[in-house]
Amino acid sequence: MTAPDTTPVEDQRAYAPVPTALTKRLRTFVPWQLVRFAVINLRMLRLLWRGHHQ
Amino acid sequence: MSRVVILGAGVAGHTAASFMRRWLTARDEVAVVSPNALYNWIPSNIWVGVGLMTPADVTFPLAPLYERHRIVFKQARALELHPEGRVGDPAPFVVIESTRPDSQGAHEDLRYDFLINATGPKLNFGATPGLGPEGHSLSVCTETHAAETARRLNELVERMTRGERARFLVGTGHGACTCEGAAFEYVVNLEFELRRRGVRDRADIWWLSNEYELGDFGMGGLHLQQGGFVTPSKIFTESLFAERGIHWITRAHVRQVDPHMAHYETLDGAERTFAFDFAMLLPPFSGVGLKAFDQQGADITTRVFQPNGFMKADADYTPRPFADWSPKDWPRTYQSPAFPNLFSAGIAFAPPHAISQPRQTPKGSPIAPAPPRTGMPSATIGKAVARSIVDMIGGAPTPTHEASMAKMGAACVASGGADMWTGTAASITVFPIVPDFERYPEYGRDLGGTFGEIGLAGHWIKMLLHHAFLYKAQLKPGWHLIPE
Repeated sequence: MTAPDTTPVEDQRAYAPVPTALTKRLRTFVPWQLVRFAVINLRMLRLLWRGHHQ
Repeated sequence: MSRVVILGAGVAGHTAASFMRRWLTARDEVAVVSPNALYNWIPSNIWVGVGLMTPADVTFPLAPLYERHRIVFKQARALELHPEGRVGDPAPFVVIESTRPDSQGAHEDLRYDFLINATGPKLNFGATPGLGPEGHSLSVCTETHAAETARRLNELVERMTRGERARFLVGTGHGACTCEGAAFEYVVNLEFELRRRGVRDRADIWWLSNEYELGDFGMGGLHLQQGGFVTPSKIFTESLFAERGIHWITRAHVRQVDPHMAHYETLDGAERTFAFDFAMLLPPFSGVGLKAFDQQGADITTRVFQPNGFMKADADYTPRPFADWSPKDWPRTYQSPAFPNLFSAGIAFAPPHAISQPRQTPKGSPIAPAPPRTGMPSATIGKAVARSIVDMIGGAPTPTHEASMAKMGAACVASGGADMWTGTAASITVFPIVPDFERYPEYGRDLGGTFGEIGLAGHWIKMLLHHAFLYKAQLKPGWHLIPE
Protein backbone atom coordinates (compact mmCIF):
# COMPACT_ATOMS: atom_id res chain seq x y z
CA MET A 1 0.00 0.00 0.00
CA THR A 2 1.47 3.31 -1.03
CA ALA A 3 -1.13 5.80 0.21
CA PRO A 4 0.34 8.20 2.76
CA ASP A 5 -1.05 8.55 6.24
CA THR A 6 -3.43 11.52 6.18
CA THR A 7 -4.74 11.44 9.75
CA PRO A 8 -4.12 14.80 11.39
CA VAL A 9 -2.55 14.77 14.85
CA GLU A 10 -4.31 17.20 17.17
CA ASP A 11 -3.53 18.03 20.76
CA GLN A 12 -6.70 16.45 22.11
CA ARG A 13 -5.24 16.17 25.59
CA ALA A 14 -5.28 19.96 25.94
CA TYR A 15 -9.09 19.97 25.83
CA ALA A 16 -9.82 17.02 28.07
CA PRO A 17 -10.01 16.92 31.87
CA VAL A 18 -7.19 14.94 33.44
CA PRO A 19 -7.09 13.60 36.98
CA THR A 20 -5.03 15.25 39.68
CA ALA A 21 -2.22 13.37 41.41
CA LEU A 22 -4.50 12.75 44.41
CA THR A 23 -7.26 11.28 42.24
CA LYS A 24 -4.77 8.97 40.55
CA ARG A 25 -3.28 7.91 43.87
CA LEU A 26 -6.71 7.10 45.31
CA ARG A 27 -7.48 4.88 42.32
CA THR A 28 -4.92 2.34 43.51
CA PHE A 29 -4.81 3.18 47.25
CA VAL A 30 -5.82 -0.15 48.73
CA PRO A 31 -7.72 0.96 51.90
CA TRP A 32 -9.83 3.40 49.85
CA GLN A 33 -10.36 0.83 47.12
CA LEU A 34 -11.59 -1.74 49.65
CA VAL A 35 -14.30 0.75 50.59
CA ARG A 36 -15.10 1.39 46.92
CA PHE A 37 -15.19 -2.38 46.27
CA ALA A 38 -17.99 -2.70 48.81
CA VAL A 39 -19.83 0.40 47.55
CA ILE A 40 -19.67 -0.59 43.85
CA ASN A 41 -20.83 -4.13 44.61
CA LEU A 42 -23.77 -2.80 46.62
CA ARG A 43 -24.72 -0.42 43.81
CA MET A 44 -24.60 -3.25 41.29
CA LEU A 45 -26.72 -5.51 43.49
CA ARG A 46 -29.23 -2.70 43.87
CA LEU A 47 -29.36 -2.39 40.09
CA LEU A 48 -30.02 -6.14 39.77
CA TRP A 49 -32.76 -5.92 42.37
CA ARG A 50 -34.42 -3.03 40.54
CA GLY A 51 -34.30 -4.93 37.25
CA HIS A 52 -36.16 -7.81 38.83
CA HIS A 53 -38.81 -5.62 40.42
CA GLN A 54 -39.81 -3.27 37.60
CA MET B 1 -42.57 -35.09 27.31
CA SER B 2 -41.43 -31.86 25.65
CA ARG B 3 -38.25 -31.08 23.80
CA VAL B 4 -36.73 -27.60 23.93
CA VAL B 5 -33.98 -26.88 21.41
CA ILE B 6 -31.61 -24.01 22.03
CA LEU B 7 -29.52 -22.76 19.14
CA GLY B 8 -26.27 -21.39 20.51
CA ALA B 9 -24.21 -21.97 23.66
CA GLY B 10 -23.07 -18.43 24.36
CA VAL B 11 -24.13 -16.37 27.37
CA ALA B 12 -27.85 -16.29 26.45
CA GLY B 13 -28.15 -19.85 25.13
CA HIS B 14 -26.10 -21.50 27.86
CA THR B 15 -27.96 -19.58 30.59
CA ALA B 16 -31.31 -20.59 29.09
CA ALA B 17 -30.25 -24.25 28.77
CA SER B 18 -28.89 -24.40 32.33
CA PHE B 19 -32.02 -22.98 33.95
CA MET B 20 -34.33 -24.94 31.68
CA ARG B 21 -32.64 -28.19 32.70
CA ARG B 22 -32.96 -27.18 36.36
CA TRP B 23 -36.65 -26.29 36.08
CA LEU B 24 -37.98 -28.96 33.70
CA THR B 25 -38.72 -32.54 34.71
CA ALA B 26 -36.44 -35.44 33.79
CA ARG B 27 -39.00 -36.51 31.18
CA ASP B 28 -38.48 -33.29 29.24
CA GLU B 29 -35.49 -32.90 26.97
CA VAL B 30 -33.21 -29.89 26.64
CA ALA B 31 -30.99 -29.92 23.55
CA VAL B 32 -28.29 -27.38 22.72
CA VAL B 33 -26.99 -26.92 19.17
CA SER B 34 -23.68 -25.09 18.89
CA PRO B 35 -21.06 -25.24 16.14
CA ASN B 36 -18.35 -24.78 18.77
CA ALA B 37 -17.10 -27.58 21.01
CA LEU B 38 -16.07 -25.04 23.66
CA TYR B 39 -17.87 -22.53 25.84
CA ASN B 40 -16.09 -19.17 25.65
CA TRP B 41 -16.41 -16.53 28.36
CA ILE B 42 -16.06 -13.77 25.79
CA PRO B 43 -15.63 -10.75 28.15
CA SER B 44 -12.20 -12.12 29.18
CA ASN B 45 -10.99 -12.49 25.59
CA ILE B 46 -9.45 -9.03 25.84
CA TRP B 47 -6.98 -10.46 28.37
CA VAL B 48 -6.16 -13.28 25.96
CA GLY B 49 -5.61 -10.61 23.32
CA VAL B 50 -2.90 -8.88 25.35
CA GLY B 51 -1.26 -12.16 26.36
CA LEU B 52 -2.31 -12.21 30.03
CA MET B 53 -4.51 -15.29 29.64
CA THR B 54 -4.55 -18.27 27.32
CA PRO B 55 -7.60 -19.59 25.44
CA ALA B 56 -7.75 -22.41 28.03
CA ASP B 57 -8.35 -19.80 30.76
CA VAL B 58 -11.54 -18.55 29.08
CA THR B 59 -13.02 -21.76 27.65
CA PHE B 60 -14.10 -25.25 28.65
CA PRO B 61 -15.54 -28.20 26.67
CA LEU B 62 -19.32 -28.27 26.49
CA ALA B 63 -19.94 -31.97 25.74
CA PRO B 64 -18.83 -33.48 29.08
CA LEU B 65 -20.62 -30.75 31.05
CA TYR B 66 -23.87 -31.24 29.18
CA GLU B 67 -23.58 -35.02 29.48
CA ARG B 68 -23.22 -34.74 33.27
CA HIS B 69 -26.26 -32.48 33.47
CA ARG B 70 -28.51 -34.44 31.07
CA ILE B 71 -28.51 -31.78 28.38
CA VAL B 72 -28.33 -33.17 24.83
CA PHE B 73 -25.49 -31.54 22.93
CA LYS B 74 -25.33 -31.38 19.16
CA GLN B 75 -22.11 -29.89 17.86
CA ALA B 76 -23.63 -28.47 14.73
CA ARG B 77 -24.79 -25.28 13.07
CA ALA B 78 -28.45 -24.57 12.43
CA LEU B 79 -29.37 -24.02 8.79
CA GLU B 80 -33.15 -24.03 8.41
CA LEU B 81 -36.18 -23.56 10.61
CA HIS B 82 -39.35 -25.43 9.69
CA PRO B 83 -41.82 -24.07 12.27
CA GLU B 84 -44.81 -25.73 10.54
CA GLY B 85 -43.10 -29.07 9.98
CA ARG B 86 -43.81 -30.89 6.71
CA VAL B 87 -46.95 -31.71 4.79
CA GLY B 88 -48.52 -34.59 6.69
CA ASP B 89 -46.27 -34.10 9.71
CA PRO B 90 -46.78 -30.74 11.40
CA ALA B 91 -44.12 -31.25 14.08
CA PRO B 92 -41.70 -28.30 13.86
CA PHE B 93 -38.05 -29.07 13.30
CA VAL B 94 -34.72 -27.41 12.64
CA VAL B 95 -32.19 -28.66 10.11
CA ILE B 96 -28.69 -28.79 11.56
CA GLU B 97 -25.33 -29.57 10.01
CA SER B 98 -22.67 -31.31 12.07
CA THR B 99 -19.37 -29.55 12.75
CA ARG B 100 -17.87 -32.53 14.59
CA PRO B 101 -14.69 -33.73 12.91
CA ASP B 102 -16.04 -37.31 12.70
CA SER B 103 -19.35 -36.34 11.07
CA GLN B 104 -18.57 -33.01 9.44
CA GLY B 105 -21.35 -31.85 7.10
CA ALA B 106 -23.92 -34.49 8.08
CA HIS B 107 -27.46 -33.08 8.21
CA GLU B 108 -30.09 -33.93 10.80
CA ASP B 109 -33.69 -32.82 11.34
CA LEU B 110 -34.12 -32.00 15.02
CA ARG B 111 -37.73 -31.78 16.18
CA TYR B 112 -38.74 -29.32 18.86
CA ASP B 113 -41.73 -28.24 20.92
CA PHE B 114 -40.08 -24.93 21.76
CA LEU B 115 -37.01 -23.36 20.22
CA ILE B 116 -34.78 -20.53 21.41
CA ASN B 117 -32.62 -18.82 18.83
CA ALA B 118 -29.54 -17.70 20.78
CA THR B 119 -27.00 -18.10 18.00
CA GLY B 120 -25.31 -14.79 18.70
CA PRO B 121 -24.00 -12.86 15.72
CA LYS B 122 -22.21 -13.63 12.52
CA LEU B 123 -18.93 -11.71 12.71
CA ASN B 124 -19.40 -9.84 9.48
CA PHE B 125 -15.77 -9.09 8.59
CA GLY B 126 -16.81 -9.22 4.92
CA ALA B 127 -18.63 -5.89 5.29
CA THR B 128 -15.28 -4.07 5.08
CA PRO B 129 -12.76 -5.28 2.49
CA GLY B 130 -9.56 -6.44 4.18
CA LEU B 131 -11.03 -6.42 7.70
CA GLY B 132 -10.32 -9.27 10.09
CA PRO B 133 -7.82 -12.02 10.81
CA GLU B 134 -8.18 -13.38 7.27
CA GLY B 135 -7.50 -9.89 5.99
CA HIS B 136 -5.15 -7.32 7.43
CA SER B 137 -6.44 -6.56 10.94
CA LEU B 138 -6.88 -8.49 14.17
CA SER B 139 -9.82 -9.27 16.44
CA VAL B 140 -10.62 -10.44 19.97
CA CYS B 141 -14.14 -11.70 19.16
CA THR B 142 -13.23 -15.37 19.70
CA GLU B 143 -10.56 -16.98 21.84
CA THR B 144 -8.62 -18.09 18.76
CA HIS B 145 -8.73 -14.59 17.27
CA ALA B 146 -7.55 -13.19 20.60
CA ALA B 147 -4.69 -15.70 20.85
CA GLU B 148 -3.50 -14.73 17.37
CA THR B 149 -3.75 -11.05 18.35
CA ALA B 150 -1.55 -11.71 21.41
CA ARG B 151 0.98 -13.55 19.28
CA ARG B 152 1.23 -10.61 16.87
CA LEU B 153 1.45 -8.19 19.79
CA ASN B 154 4.34 -10.18 21.29
CA GLU B 155 6.21 -10.09 17.99
CA LEU B 156 5.77 -6.33 17.74
CA VAL B 157 6.78 -5.71 21.36
CA GLU B 158 9.91 -7.76 20.66
CA ARG B 159 10.77 -5.39 17.82
CA MET B 160 9.95 -2.39 19.99
CA THR B 161 12.35 -3.57 22.69
CA ARG B 162 15.02 -3.40 20.01
CA GLY B 163 14.18 0.27 19.45
CA GLU B 164 11.46 0.35 16.78
CA ARG B 165 8.48 2.68 17.12
CA ALA B 166 5.01 1.29 16.41
CA ARG B 167 1.56 2.64 15.62
CA PHE B 168 -1.45 0.86 17.10
CA LEU B 169 -5.01 1.28 15.85
CA VAL B 170 -7.91 -0.07 17.93
CA GLY B 171 -11.65 0.34 17.49
CA THR B 172 -14.47 -0.47 15.11
CA GLY B 173 -13.92 -1.71 11.56
CA HIS B 174 -17.20 -0.43 10.11
CA GLY B 175 -19.63 2.42 10.68
CA ALA B 176 -22.41 0.06 11.80
CA CYS B 177 -20.44 -1.79 14.48
CA THR B 178 -21.58 -2.47 18.02
CA CYS B 179 -19.52 -3.63 21.04
CA GLU B 180 -17.46 -0.43 21.23
CA GLY B 181 -17.05 -1.27 24.93
CA ALA B 182 -14.98 -4.37 24.12
CA ALA B 183 -12.67 -2.39 21.84
CA PHE B 184 -12.42 0.29 24.55
CA GLU B 185 -11.31 -2.34 27.05
CA TYR B 186 -8.78 -3.66 24.60
CA VAL B 187 -7.19 -0.27 23.90
CA VAL B 188 -6.75 0.63 27.58
CA ASN B 189 -5.43 -2.85 28.39
CA LEU B 190 -3.05 -2.60 25.45
CA GLU B 191 -1.76 0.74 26.73
CA PHE B 192 -1.33 -0.73 30.22
CA GLU B 193 0.52 -3.78 28.85
CA LEU B 194 2.88 -1.71 26.72
CA ARG B 195 3.68 0.35 29.81
CA ARG B 196 4.22 -2.81 31.87
CA ARG B 197 6.54 -4.22 29.22
CA GLY B 198 8.58 -0.99 29.15
CA VAL B 199 7.88 0.04 25.54
CA ARG B 200 5.10 2.59 25.99
CA ASP B 201 7.35 5.47 24.95
CA ARG B 202 7.78 3.84 21.53
CA ALA B 203 4.05 3.39 20.90
CA ASP B 204 1.52 5.70 19.27
CA ILE B 205 -1.89 4.39 20.27
CA TRP B 206 -4.99 5.49 18.39
CA TRP B 207 -8.66 4.81 18.90
CA LEU B 208 -10.97 4.90 15.88
CA SER B 209 -14.70 4.36 16.21
CA ASN B 210 -18.11 4.98 14.73
CA GLU B 211 -19.25 6.79 17.89
CA TYR B 212 -20.42 10.38 17.47
CA GLU B 213 -18.61 11.19 20.69
CA LEU B 214 -16.25 9.14 22.82
CA GLY B 215 -18.11 7.16 25.47
CA ASP B 216 -21.19 6.61 23.31
CA PHE B 217 -20.76 2.80 23.44
CA GLY B 218 -23.78 2.35 21.14
CA MET B 219 -26.07 3.54 23.94
CA GLY B 220 -26.09 7.22 23.08
CA GLY B 221 -23.62 7.69 25.94
CA LEU B 222 -24.74 8.16 29.50
CA HIS B 223 -24.72 10.89 32.12
CA LEU B 224 -22.97 10.64 35.45
CA GLN B 225 -23.09 12.72 38.61
CA GLN B 226 -19.52 13.68 39.46
CA GLY B 227 -17.95 16.47 41.47
CA GLY B 228 -21.13 18.54 41.60
CA PHE B 229 -21.82 18.21 37.88
CA VAL B 230 -23.86 15.96 35.67
CA THR B 231 -21.31 15.08 33.01
CA PRO B 232 -21.66 13.05 29.82
CA SER B 233 -19.60 9.88 29.40
CA LYS B 234 -17.69 11.71 26.67
CA ILE B 235 -15.87 13.62 29.43
CA PHE B 236 -15.19 10.43 31.41
CA THR B 237 -13.74 8.67 28.36
CA GLU B 238 -11.79 11.64 26.98
CA SER B 239 -10.21 12.05 30.39
CA LEU B 240 -9.17 8.40 30.46
CA PHE B 241 -7.68 8.59 26.98
CA ALA B 242 -5.95 11.91 27.60
CA GLU B 243 -4.42 10.62 30.83
CA ARG B 244 -3.04 7.58 29.01
CA GLY B 245 -1.91 9.44 25.90
CA ILE B 246 -4.33 7.66 23.57
CA HIS B 247 -5.36 9.70 20.51
CA TRP B 248 -8.86 9.34 19.15
CA ILE B 249 -10.76 9.50 15.87
CA THR B 250 -14.56 9.39 16.14
CA ARG B 251 -17.51 9.52 13.71
CA ALA B 252 -15.54 7.21 11.40
CA HIS B 253 -16.48 4.43 9.02
CA VAL B 254 -13.61 2.18 7.92
CA ARG B 255 -14.01 1.60 4.18
CA GLN B 256 -11.08 -0.73 3.57
CA VAL B 257 -8.10 -2.24 5.32
CA ASP B 258 -4.91 -2.87 3.35
CA PRO B 259 -1.68 -4.25 4.74
CA HIS B 260 -0.61 -1.69 7.37
CA MET B 261 -3.17 0.89 6.16
CA ALA B 262 -6.77 1.66 7.08
CA HIS B 263 -8.91 3.81 4.80
CA TYR B 264 -11.74 5.60 6.56
CA GLU B 265 -14.38 8.21 6.00
CA THR B 266 -15.71 10.59 8.63
CA LEU B 267 -19.13 12.12 9.15
CA ASP B 268 -18.00 15.44 7.65
CA GLY B 269 -17.16 13.66 4.38
CA ALA B 270 -13.37 13.62 4.77
CA GLU B 271 -11.61 10.53 3.45
CA ARG B 272 -8.42 9.69 5.24
CA THR B 273 -5.86 6.96 5.73
CA PHE B 274 -4.12 5.66 8.81
CA ALA B 275 -0.81 3.77 8.66
CA PHE B 276 -0.47 1.13 11.37
CA ASP B 277 1.80 -1.62 12.55
CA PHE B 278 -0.96 -3.33 14.55
CA ALA B 279 -4.72 -2.95 14.13
CA MET B 280 -7.41 -4.56 16.27
CA LEU B 281 -10.72 -3.58 14.68
CA LEU B 282 -14.02 -5.20 15.59
CA PRO B 283 -16.40 -6.29 12.81
CA PRO B 284 -20.08 -5.35 12.49
CA PHE B 285 -22.56 -8.05 13.44
CA SER B 286 -25.39 -9.61 11.47
CA GLY B 287 -27.66 -12.58 12.01
CA VAL B 288 -26.12 -15.99 11.29
CA GLY B 289 -28.20 -16.44 8.13
CA LEU B 290 -30.85 -18.92 9.30
CA LYS B 291 -33.62 -19.51 6.77
CA ALA B 292 -37.24 -20.39 7.56
CA PHE B 293 -39.67 -22.45 5.48
CA ASP B 294 -43.37 -23.23 5.69
CA GLN B 295 -44.99 -26.65 5.43
CA GLN B 296 -44.92 -26.59 1.63
CA GLY B 297 -41.26 -25.61 1.62
CA ALA B 298 -41.84 -21.97 0.65
CA ASP B 299 -39.32 -19.50 2.03
CA ILE B 300 -40.82 -17.53 4.95
CA THR B 301 -37.54 -16.10 6.22
CA THR B 302 -38.89 -12.54 6.07
CA ARG B 303 -41.78 -13.52 8.40
CA VAL B 304 -39.37 -14.72 11.05
CA PHE B 305 -36.27 -12.60 10.57
CA GLN B 306 -35.41 -8.96 9.88
CA PRO B 307 -33.38 -8.23 6.72
CA ASN B 308 -30.20 -8.07 8.86
CA GLY B 309 -30.73 -11.71 9.85
CA PHE B 310 -31.74 -11.10 13.46
CA MET B 311 -34.96 -12.73 14.64
CA LYS B 312 -38.14 -10.71 15.06
CA ALA B 313 -39.44 -10.66 18.61
CA ASP B 314 -42.45 -9.00 20.25
CA ALA B 315 -41.12 -5.56 19.36
CA ASP B 316 -42.61 -2.75 17.29
CA TYR B 317 -40.57 -2.71 14.09
CA THR B 318 -42.63 -0.02 12.33
CA PRO B 319 -40.08 2.29 10.66
CA ARG B 320 -40.10 5.75 12.23
CA PRO B 321 -37.72 8.71 12.50
CA PHE B 322 -35.20 8.22 15.30
CA ALA B 323 -36.80 10.90 17.48
CA ASP B 324 -40.16 9.11 17.42
CA TRP B 325 -38.97 5.81 18.86
CA SER B 326 -40.26 4.80 22.25
CA PRO B 327 -38.88 2.45 24.91
CA LYS B 328 -42.19 0.58 24.60
CA ASP B 329 -41.06 -0.56 21.15
CA TRP B 330 -38.51 -2.90 22.72
CA PRO B 331 -39.37 -6.59 23.10
CA ARG B 332 -40.47 -7.87 26.51
CA THR B 333 -40.98 -11.63 26.15
CA TYR B 334 -38.85 -12.32 23.01
CA GLN B 335 -41.59 -14.54 21.59
CA SER B 336 -41.73 -14.62 17.80
CA PRO B 337 -44.82 -12.81 16.49
CA ALA B 338 -45.07 -15.49 13.78
CA PHE B 339 -44.79 -18.67 15.87
CA PRO B 340 -45.59 -18.80 19.60
CA ASN B 341 -43.15 -21.65 20.31
CA LEU B 342 -40.22 -19.71 18.84
CA PHE B 343 -38.15 -17.33 20.96
CA SER B 344 -34.89 -15.43 20.60
CA ALA B 345 -32.36 -14.31 23.21
CA GLY B 346 -29.16 -12.31 23.38
CA ILE B 347 -27.67 -10.80 20.25
CA ALA B 348 -29.90 -13.00 18.04
CA PHE B 349 -33.05 -10.93 18.63
CA ALA B 350 -33.66 -7.99 16.32
CA PRO B 351 -33.61 -4.66 18.16
CA PRO B 352 -36.41 -2.36 16.95
CA HIS B 353 -34.16 0.67 16.64
CA ALA B 354 -30.80 2.12 17.46
CA ILE B 355 -30.19 3.62 20.90
CA SER B 356 -27.43 5.86 19.58
CA GLN B 357 -28.63 8.23 16.87
CA PRO B 358 -27.75 6.83 13.43
CA ARG B 359 -26.08 9.22 10.99
CA GLN B 360 -24.63 9.07 7.48
CA THR B 361 -21.63 10.55 5.75
CA PRO B 362 -22.26 12.67 2.63
CA LYS B 363 -21.47 9.54 0.59
CA GLY B 364 -24.10 7.57 2.49
CA SER B 365 -21.80 5.47 4.68
CA PRO B 366 -23.26 4.64 8.09
CA ILE B 367 -22.01 6.28 11.26
CA ALA B 368 -24.50 4.29 13.25
CA PRO B 369 -23.42 2.36 16.34
CA ALA B 370 -25.74 -0.62 16.80
CA PRO B 371 -27.29 -1.27 20.23
CA PRO B 372 -25.25 -3.48 22.55
CA ARG B 373 -27.06 -6.53 23.97
CA THR B 374 -24.26 -8.69 25.28
CA GLY B 375 -23.30 -9.89 28.75
CA MET B 376 -25.72 -9.08 31.52
CA PRO B 377 -28.77 -8.32 29.31
CA SER B 378 -28.13 -11.50 27.29
CA ALA B 379 -28.09 -13.68 30.40
CA THR B 380 -31.14 -11.95 31.90
CA ILE B 381 -33.09 -12.39 28.67
CA GLY B 382 -32.00 -16.06 28.39
CA LYS B 383 -33.23 -16.78 31.91
CA ALA B 384 -36.57 -14.98 31.42
CA VAL B 385 -37.23 -16.83 28.16
CA ALA B 386 -36.37 -20.15 29.84
CA ARG B 387 -38.84 -19.43 32.66
CA SER B 388 -41.60 -18.49 30.21
CA ILE B 389 -41.11 -21.69 28.20
CA VAL B 390 -41.09 -23.85 31.32
CA ASP B 391 -44.37 -22.22 32.37
CA MET B 392 -45.85 -22.68 28.89
CA ILE B 393 -44.90 -26.37 28.96
CA GLY B 394 -46.74 -26.44 32.29
CA GLY B 395 -49.86 -25.02 30.67
CA ALA B 396 -49.46 -21.22 30.62
CA PRO B 397 -51.02 -19.89 27.39
CA THR B 398 -48.56 -17.03 26.94
CA PRO B 399 -45.04 -16.12 28.11
CA THR B 400 -45.00 -15.39 31.82
CA HIS B 401 -41.71 -13.51 32.18
CA GLU B 402 -40.43 -10.27 30.72
CA ALA B 403 -36.95 -8.79 30.34
CA SER B 404 -37.24 -5.54 28.42
CA MET B 405 -33.99 -3.66 27.93
CA ALA B 406 -36.06 -0.51 28.48
CA LYS B 407 -36.78 -1.66 32.04
CA MET B 408 -33.50 -3.35 32.81
CA GLY B 409 -30.25 -1.88 34.04
CA ALA B 410 -26.81 -3.14 33.15
CA ALA B 411 -23.51 -3.21 34.96
CA CYS B 412 -20.31 -3.18 32.96
CA VAL B 413 -16.84 -3.45 34.37
CA ALA B 414 -14.38 -2.39 31.68
CA SER B 415 -10.85 -3.44 32.48
CA GLY B 416 -8.27 -0.69 32.28
CA GLY B 417 -5.22 -2.80 33.09
CA ALA B 418 -4.89 -6.17 34.76
CA ASP B 419 -2.75 -6.17 37.88
CA MET B 420 -3.85 -7.07 41.39
CA TRP B 421 -2.32 -3.90 42.91
CA THR B 422 -1.78 -1.40 40.08
CA GLY B 423 -4.58 -2.40 37.70
CA THR B 424 -7.80 -0.45 37.29
CA ALA B 425 -11.20 -0.86 35.70
CA ALA B 426 -14.09 1.45 34.93
CA SER B 427 -17.17 0.23 36.79
CA ILE B 428 -20.23 1.54 35.03
CA THR B 429 -23.92 0.99 35.60
CA VAL B 430 -26.84 2.32 33.60
CA PHE B 431 -30.54 2.23 34.33
CA PRO B 432 -32.34 1.57 32.09
CA ILE B 433 -30.24 0.41 29.13
CA VAL B 434 -32.67 1.88 26.60
CA PRO B 435 -33.24 5.52 27.60
CA ASP B 436 -36.78 6.34 28.69
CA PHE B 437 -37.36 10.07 28.23
CA GLU B 438 -40.99 9.76 29.34
CA ARG B 439 -39.93 8.52 32.75
CA TYR B 440 -36.60 10.37 33.02
CA PRO B 441 -37.19 13.47 30.86
CA GLU B 442 -33.83 15.13 31.31
CA TYR B 443 -31.30 12.40 30.54
CA GLY B 444 -33.44 9.35 29.70
CA ARG B 445 -31.94 7.42 32.58
CA ASP B 446 -32.10 7.44 36.35
CA LEU B 447 -29.01 9.31 37.57
CA GLY B 448 -29.26 7.40 40.86
CA GLY B 449 -28.81 4.10 39.04
CA THR B 450 -26.22 5.35 36.58
CA PHE B 451 -22.66 5.81 37.74
CA GLY B 452 -19.08 5.33 36.62
CA GLU B 453 -15.85 5.11 38.55
CA ILE B 454 -12.27 4.13 37.74
CA GLY B 455 -10.13 2.30 40.24
CA LEU B 456 -8.45 -0.85 41.49
CA ALA B 457 -11.72 -2.00 43.07
CA GLY B 458 -13.11 -2.30 39.54
CA HIS B 459 -10.27 -4.62 38.60
CA TRP B 460 -10.95 -6.79 41.61
CA ILE B 461 -14.62 -6.94 40.62
CA LYS B 462 -13.66 -7.79 37.04
CA MET B 463 -11.50 -10.69 38.28
CA LEU B 464 -14.26 -11.80 40.62
CA LEU B 465 -16.74 -11.77 37.73
CA HIS B 466 -14.35 -13.74 35.52
CA HIS B 467 -14.07 -16.55 38.06
CA ALA B 468 -17.69 -16.38 39.28
CA PHE B 469 -19.20 -16.52 35.79
CA LEU B 470 -16.92 -19.35 34.66
CA TYR B 471 -17.87 -21.20 37.87
CA LYS B 472 -21.52 -20.56 37.13
CA ALA B 473 -21.21 -21.59 33.48
CA GLN B 474 -19.62 -24.87 34.56
CA LEU B 475 -22.73 -25.51 36.67
CA LYS B 476 -20.74 -26.13 39.83
CA PRO B 477 -22.55 -26.41 43.18
CA GLY B 478 -24.73 -23.37 43.88
CA TRP B 479 -24.24 -21.98 40.33
CA HIS B 480 -27.86 -20.83 40.14
CA LEU B 481 -27.38 -18.53 43.15
CA ILE B 482 -24.89 -16.34 41.26
CA PRO B 483 -26.85 -13.49 39.70
CA GLU B 484 -26.78 -12.82 35.98
